Formats: sequence, structure tokens, C-alpha cells
Amino acid sequence: MSVRAVAGRLWCFLREVSGETAYDQYVERHRRDHPDAPVLSRREFERRRADERGHDPGSRCC
Amino acid sequence: MTVPTAIRERMSLRSVVIWTAVAIAGAVAWGVLALARGENISAVWLVVAALCSYAIAYRFYAKFIAHKVLGVDDRRATPAERLDNAVDYQPTDRRVLLGHHFAAIAGAGPLVGPVLAAQMGYLPGTMWIIFGVIFAGAVQDMVILFFSMRRDGKSLGQMAREEIGPFGGVAALVAVFSIMIILLAVLALVVVNALARSPWGTFSIAMTIPIALLMGFYLRVIRPGRVLEATVIGVGLLLLAIVAGGWIDQSSLADTFTLSAETLVFCIVIYGFFASVLPVWMLLAPRDYLSTFMKVGTIVLLAIGVLIASPVLKNEAVTEFAKSGAGPVFAGSLFPFVFITIACGALSGFHSLVASGTTPKMIQKESQVRMVGYGAMLIESFVAIMALIAASILEPGLYYAMNAPAALVGATADSAAQAVANLGFTITPQDLQSAATAVEEETLIARTGGAPTFALGMSDIFSAFLGGASMKAFWYHFAIMFEALFILTTVDAGTRVGRFMLQDTLGNVYKPLARVSWKPGLWATSAIVVLAWGYFLYVGVTDPLGGINQLFPLFGIANQLLAAVALTVATVILVKSGRLKWAWITGIPLLWDAAVTLTASWQKVFSGDVKLGFFAQRARYADALDRGEVLPPAKNLDDMSTVITNTTVQGTLAAFFAILIVIIILDAARVCWKAIRTHRELPTTETPFVESKIVAGSGLFPSPEERAQLVGAGVGSRDDAEEPPERR
Repeated sequence: MSVRAVAGRLWCFLREVSGETAYDQYVERHRRDHPDAPVLSRREFERRRADERGHDPGSRCC
Repeated sequence: MTVPTAIRERMSLRSVVIWTAVAIAGAVAWGVLALARGENISAVWLVVAALCSYAIAYRFYAKFIAHKVLGVDDRRATPAERLDNAVDYQPTDRRVLLGHHFAAIAGAGPLVGPVLAAQMGYLPGTMWIIFGVIFAGAVQDMVILFFSMRRDGKSLGQMAREEIGPFGGVAALVAVFSIMIILLAVLALVVVNALARSPWGTFSIAMTIPIALLMGFYLRVIRPGRVLEATVIGVGLLLLAIVAGGWIDQSSLADTFTLSAETLVFCIVIYGFFASVLPVWMLLAPRDYLSTFMKVGTIVLLAIGVLIASPVLKNEAVTEFAKSGAGPVFAGSLFPFVFITIACGALSGFHSLVASGTTPKMIQKESQVRMVGYGAMLIESFVAIMALIAASILEPGLYYAMNAPAALVGATADSAAQAVANLGFTITPQDLQSAATAVEEETLIARTGGAPTFALGMSDIFSAFLGGASMKAFWYHFAIMFEALFILTTVDAGTRVGRFMLQDTLGNVYKPLARVSWKPGLWATSAIVVLAWGYFLYVGVTDPLGGINQLFPLFGIANQLLAAVALTVATVILVKSGRLKWAWITGIPLLWDAAVTLTASWQKVFSGDVKLGFFAQRARYADALDRGEVLPPAKNLDDMSTVITNTTVQGTLAAFFAILIVIIILDAARVCWKAIRTHRELPTTETPFVESKIVAGSGLFPSPEERAQLVGAGVGSRDDAEEPPERR
């Protein structure tokens, strides 16, 4: 594997860990499951996702 | 230990050779650590011993538990696959999930405990961190993750209620809430001790609030969802804030940011309240991104630094204090107090909340519990080893001058040097002063709590290969910032979690309280949680006997109490599901944990030694107060009353925790006894088998067989096995 390929994979990994890809996954899934329904805009999607977290902050350890 | 036949058959000559080499390297490193006496050895030996032990444990013991004891079954669909709703249940790539799980379990704990435990020498701490994680901590995390996953992601409290009974459930709930309060107070105390009278640190940390707000605004309004962009901007600003702290330190503004410990307590309590009632996107979410990236980046850098700089351990292998129990950092002898002081990094009950919360709902394949549960805990343990190294490369004289309570070392370099000499170590007042000047702090005397010590060790390592002596002050404040950053994130998140628990419980009494959107209820419950930990924080800061050495053992006991709950639940499930012969896997760690916690609580409550026993302290000060005397370190009669109140509260808490453990274990023993006496199989509490349609690997990299499967399923190619797995 070249350095470029490793860096590329690391970048993909970081995007996925940080949740940047959540919207793409949502769009893909939404198109597959409900082809006729309108898709949320990224702004609206991220807004709902963030507010969702407000209801369940999750345990954090020491 | 029996090795399952499936594993034995698959071992090729090549892996036999590799694993023999790993075992030899590990054995040599352990030999050097154990046998070196009187000469200084390199910290690299610690790293080698740790990494080799982890590798062997992960490859053999964790695999054995996963396949033989738990019986992971990749044909069985996980809750993430069956209940996938794209919100909380969602199959997630195992490497991504490992990242999430690690970010949720790792915080400041493994950086604080080992630093304090260094007063016993580096060897006891190292052994407990490594063997503790292999046989107890990582086992607990993996087993709880597995059992919760088999029950659709049930929480620890729910499992305790179902497997042990309502009593166990209530005890678990009370344990979780009380540990949360003590945890938040102790962590906030670490921050206060690191920032008190330090304008540089205080300014940098204060700046993290506008930086987080800016990032939150960026992610909400300017570029929604572009987390990495926002994080890069945030980290850049953070580094700028550290540099700017140095300018503030030299400027006329320095006085504005020179705050006393008491003032800082009020600042943190007020911050904690607002941070927990504001929407998540404003402060918590951006702080989370910042602290996670800083945490992982710094730890990786530190590991590289130790390998390059190869610092020498100046701490003794085992100090006098291990036997005498008269150490200044915390009272008590090696057993049980090393095992209480180092909780996170070896065995941390708190992890069972994460392992039974979000993670089990996102796992793709059952066999991945080994990598996510066991693996993430091994990484956290490695972080603890790094902290132990950072504390052990300092001159012991400097270490004690920094970590002994102010009552012992006084306020001046001369008094501290004298106190350290009385402990049997040497440091000149000039050296003490120049160590402080090198990192541009006014003083390093009695900077208890672990963070300044860790920061000093880290700045030693970093400046050896990045920037030299001139960068020491920067790296010191970088480390302080890095630790304070995620402690404050924990304070924010922890207050929220505590508030949710309170809202939930009180909602049973008065309905509207359970509604998350009812603002008065939100503010009231947040205020209760903040005031609860704020009280202990204030006590810690003003305690004449020294806050850290009084409160830290309570924190350790509370954390190990939660571990006892988790291990009890796991053992009960093993026994009830007919796996009595494997019950020792969690049963032995449970017995050890119970022995440690109960001995510690017993000594804290009943010991006649006034350094150790809370009630012995209380009696001594109460008698003196009756006679109208003032006992040092108290300075006046008010201090005397403070000591009496504090020791009463602390002693009562220690007793309360011990009683909770005894209740849970006895209740569980009753359930187990009933299960053993009944010779038929008990009804299972697992959700029924559904066949899985997902194809995915189980380890960090797919094995050749898994690769073939992925190719067969049409989702991988021979040279691109990292493709995210998809449905067939």
C-alpha cells in the first residue's frame, strides 16, 4: 500500500468516526427505502441529529 | 487454561514463532522491571512489558473467553442488524465503533490515578494496571458488552434488576448516581488544583469556552455537519490560546486571571450549570470533538515520545510507603490502596455503563465484542501506563514536593525542601524553584491532583524531542490544557447524565419532572446535581487535611463498587445460563474487587490510625475542639469544625458504599444458589436467535478466511479488504 492509499483510508476513517458521513448514509438509505419521499437538506438533517443527542447524552467515563 | 481446539488447530508454524518471540520479549521486559534494584532503567521496558502482555492476552485469553465462555456466534444477528432504525440501533463498522467506544470510556481517570499511585513505586502500579486490565477490567467490559448485546442493549441497571432482583436494581441505580457525583467532584478538583494561581492555565482553559461556542455555531449555521473542518479550526485556535496564555502571563492582565481555588470552584459550578442546560450543539458536542481529537493525538505523541526520548525511571521500584502506609500523597498501605487509587486503566466500573449503553446497539457481529470491548480497554490501560511513566521519570523529591498536601510541605521552597527531606528524599529549594521557573509557573509546591505532575513529566518527554528546553513551558501548559479540556467535557456530560437519572426517578413522584422539555424541571434538577458535586468540590478545596488525599480514595471505592455490581451481574448470568464451570472468569475478579473495596472501606471507617480512618480523625479533632485546642494543620476553631463535618460525611459515605456492595453480593449469591439447586435449565433472558445477513470481519484487519467471505458476498476485493461491509 502506498502512503497515499494509507492517508486516504485514514481520512475516510476520520470522516466516518467524526460522523461527517452520517448525512450521506442517511440519503443513501432514504433513497433505497423511500424512493418517493423528499430527502431532508443537510442543514435540517444535522439539526435533528444534534437535537437527538440532547435527549441522550450517553455515559462518559473518567 | 484450556485453549479451544479450534484455535489450536489453526495455529501455523509462523504464528507459533511470532507468539513465542512476543512472549520472550515480554518476559525479558518484566524480568528487567522486577529485578532492577538500585540502578535506573529506561521507561521503554515498561512499554515493552505492557504491549507484549496485552498482545498475548488479546490473542489468547480474550479469544478463549469470547469463543469458549461467551460463545459468540456470527450467524446470529445483532440488535443493530435486527432493530436497525438509523438512530440508536445501527450497524457500525467495527473500527469506527472502537473509536466511539474508546472515546466514551477514556477520560482523565487513567491520567490521575497512576500519578498518585507512583508514591508506592512504579512496580505495584504497573503490575496492577497490566494484570488488572487483562484479568478483570477488559474482561468486565467485554462480558458486559456481550450480555447487553444479547439482550437488545439493556442497561446495567435493567440487567441487575432482571437477573438479581429489584433490590440489586435499586442498589445499582444508587451506586451509579453516587459514583457520578463523587467522580465529578474529584475530576473538577483536579482542574481547580491545576489552575489555581496559574494565569496561563486559567486563560487558556477559559478560552476553550468561546472556541467551543464558535465551533458549535460553525457546525449549526455556517457549514452544517463538517465536523473535521470545525475540529481543525478548533484545534488551531486551542494551540493559539495556549501560546496566548504565555503572553497573558507576562502582561498586566496576569492578575485578572490569577484566581484562588475558591473562586475557581464558583466558576466551575456556574459553568457546569449552564453547560448542562444549554442545547448540546452549543457547547457539549463541539467540546466532545475537540477533547477526543486532542486526547488521541496527545497519547499517540506521548507513546512516540517515550520510545524516542527513552526517559529513565527515577522513581524506586517499590518505595517504603508501600509497606508503611505512611505516604504523603494518600494514606494507607499497598493493599488495598494501590488497587483503589488506580481504577480507570485497570478495572473501572464506570465502563460497564458505556458497554451496556450505546455500544451494544451498534455492533455488527457478535465476535467483534473482543475487539471493541476488550481492545478498547487495553488501549485505556496503555494510557494509564503512560501516566505512570510521566510521574516516575521525575526526581522523587520534586514528585513529593508537588503531591504532598499543602499542610505538610508549607508554602515556600525552603519549607517544602525541608518536608521532603523529612520524608527521606532530597531536593534543594533552588531546584524546586527552577523547576517551576522552567515551566513559567510561580510555584509547583503542593500542586496536588496529578495533573501538574503528569504535565511536568510530559513536558520533559516532549521537550526532549520537540523544541528543547525553550518549549518546556508550552508543553507543560499544553498538557494542563489537554487534561482540563476533557475533564470539563466530562463535567458537562456527567451533569447531564446525572440530571437525566434524577428527572427519571423524580418523574415517578411528580410527572412533569420527567419531561425533558419542561424548563423549570430542567433547571431545578440540573441545579441539584451541580450543587451536589459542587459541595464535594468545595469541601475538597477547603479541606484543611488536603482534598485529594481525603476524596480520591472515596472516588476509587465508588468506582470499584460499580465494578462489583457489573461483575456480579456477569457472574449471575453465567451461573444461571448453566455455565457454572466458567463462572470463575468473572467470579475471581469479583472476589478480588470485593476484597479490595471492602478492606479499603473498612480501614477508611474503622482504622484507629488518624491518617487513615475518617472517624479516628473525627474523634481526634472533636476531642481537641472540646478542650478548645487547635490541632495543626487546622489554623483556627472554624477549621476544626470543618474537619469534623468533612470526616463525618466522608466516613459515612465509605460505610454506605461498603454496605451497598455487601447487599448486592449477598443477593446475587442467593440467586446463584437457587440456580445451582434447581437442576433444570432456567428460562433464558436472551432475545431469540435470528439469522444474520451481514458479512463483516471480527478483528482490526480481516483474516484471509474473512476476506474470502467478503469477496464471496461481493462486497470486498482481494486487495481492498477495508471496504465497509454491506448487506448481501
